[in-house]
Amino acid sequence: MKIIKLMFRNIFRHKLRAILTMLGVAVAVMAFGLLRTIIATWNSGSSNAAPDRLVTRDKASFVLSIPLADMQQIEHVPGVKEVSYMNWFGGVYIDQQHFFPRMACSTNIWDAYPEYVVPPDQLKAYNDDRHGCIIGRKLVEKYGFKIGDIIQLAGDIYPGQWQFVVRGIYTGNKPTIDETAMYFHWEYLNEYLEKNNPSHANNVGWYVVKIANPSNAAQVSAEVDGLFENSSAETKTETEKAFQAEFVAMYGAIITGLQIVSYVIIGIIFLVLANTMVMTARERIREYAVLKTLGFTTAHLATLIAGESLSIALLGGAIGIILTFPICAGFGKAFADFFPLMVMEPMTFILAGGLAVLVGILAAIFPIERVMNMKIIDGLRQVG
Amino acid sequence: MAEPIVRVQNVSKVYRRDSLQIPVLQNLSLDVPEGEFLALMGPSGSGKTTLLNLIAGIDKPTQGSITIGGTDIATLSESALAGWRAQHVGFVFQFYNLLPVLTAFENVELPLLLTPLSKKERREHVETALGVVGLSDRMKHYPKQLSGGQEQRVAIARAIVTDPTLIVADEPTGDLDRKSAEEVLALMEQLNSEFKKTIIMVTHDPQAAAKAHKERHLDKGELK
Repeated sequence: MKIIKLMFRNIFRHKLRAILTMLGVAVAVMAFGLLRTIIATWNSGSSNAAPDRLVTRDKASFVLSIPLADMQQIEHVPGVKEVSYMNWFGGVYIDQQHFFPRMACSTNIWDAYPEYVVPPDQLKAYNDDRHGCIIGRKLVEKYGFKIGDIIQLAGDIYPGQWQFVVRGIYTGNKPTIDETAMYFHWEYLNEYLEKNNPSHANNVGWYVVKIANPSNAAQVSAEVDGLFENSSAETKTETEKAFQAEFVAMYGAIITGLQIVSYVIIGIIFLVLANTMVMTARERIREYAVLKTLGFTTAHLATLIAGESLSIALLGGAIGIILTFPICAGFGKAFADFFPLMVMEPMTFILAGGLAVLVGILAAIFPIERVMNMKIIDGLRQVG
Repeated sequence: MAEPIVRVQNVSKVYRRDSLQIPVLQNLSLDVPEGEFLALMGPSGSGKTTLLNLIAGIDKPTQGSITIGGTDIATLSESALAGWRAQHVGFVFQFYNLLPVLTAFENVELPLLLTPLSKKERREHVETALGVVGLSDRMKHYPKQLSGGQEQRVAIARAIVTDPTLIVADEPTGDLDRKSAEEVLALMEQLNSEFKKTIIMVTHDPQAAAKAHKERHLDKGELK
């Protein structure tokens, strides 16, 4: 019989209380893991950004377009390898609930984004069809689209009924790549604008500027923006990471709120576990006095109490971490339109496990302090 | 004449409660020779349990010295005192104070966990101690599966398993029926006569005290 055996017997002395406390820790760790995963997923766009890609957009606002004519000038800036462009299309498929990103893009956009993998024969078929589109693998899974299908969209930014023929299906070359978007030919959109809204034709939403050397990003950006200084459409050029981070920053308060809530949850469970441990120690104060009488030191008792607290926290934490996987997967499935891929970072689980350990240690401090200061004769008088 | 195994010299004990000072023992001296079976008697509040606690090293005197087997325990630090208790004192409490999550065997084994004995040696010691108290067949029973008398016998086995210099018993029969009390007292007599253990027993029961070799009476903190 070792002290460790006594510790484990003590844990399950009040089975219901121990199990409820463990489940409390498990739920808290799971909630922490889910919130951190949502935050990581939210930030994953900027983590996928390539260092050799710059984004040039209108300086005043992202929603304003910039002239296609700028492209030639940008291409001649030293250090620029290739320029492609995109337009946010919007539109409605079935209804507003069935959202997925839709963008009009230049034909060379696939060179700029090698992480989006399209089979060569499908890319050729797409390039040969002005009404063709390429969709992400997850859209195929969700809607059952197949090559040759027609996707009909109701235009909102660009009114009318739009038809696209599925010519290709892209997949990401790593799990964090969004596979829920749809891309089609910018020329198709521009033809419409030339007919129906000529003043908005021959404009693009933003340029994707591929550069030769990522370390020259600041210099190239400055030179690009310098070209259009004091023009009617001044530009803002920045790295793709900074561009995407701006989107994330728009929801900065929400993200910060989620981060705070994730730690508050851990704080609450710390109080719950600390309360359990204080109650436990109070009930056993006489037993601790007996152990002290028999010659067990304060260090022995501290080990007994801290071990019990840590074990509850670790068991609960482990259950919580295991539960986080199906919960995140379920959450991702339920909100697939907004979170196409739940990014479960190892750091989330390291942090969750570390916090469970910390909670276990901190929760043991109060009862240990009480037992340390307890006089044996006072403990022996205690009625359990 | 041989040195007594317990020597209490000019011991006083004052408890402080807020600004109030409560004198419990006053300038008390007591010698207990080795192999003695001493009964400390007295009315409630006379200080007999306080004296026993001081001798057992679970409380410290306000003044005076307590020497057990040549060691002045009043001068020992808390951790040294814990080690000394583990080695030299066996405790028997009124309410047995067994750990409910441990079997009789494991309860008796507890003090041995602080010794360098191997698992096999510990098992031998525990089996011997439980054999002495007549509970070899109850080793795997938990306290709630035992009668009060059996629980107290397990507590006695725990007290003797380390072969201590001194056994202190605080009202060991106070929570038992007459039959069980007789059994426990017979066991203590046996420990004293057969195993030559020095026993100091606090009791207010004259029948229990009659089993001891010697009775001392405490009244208002003074030995009579």
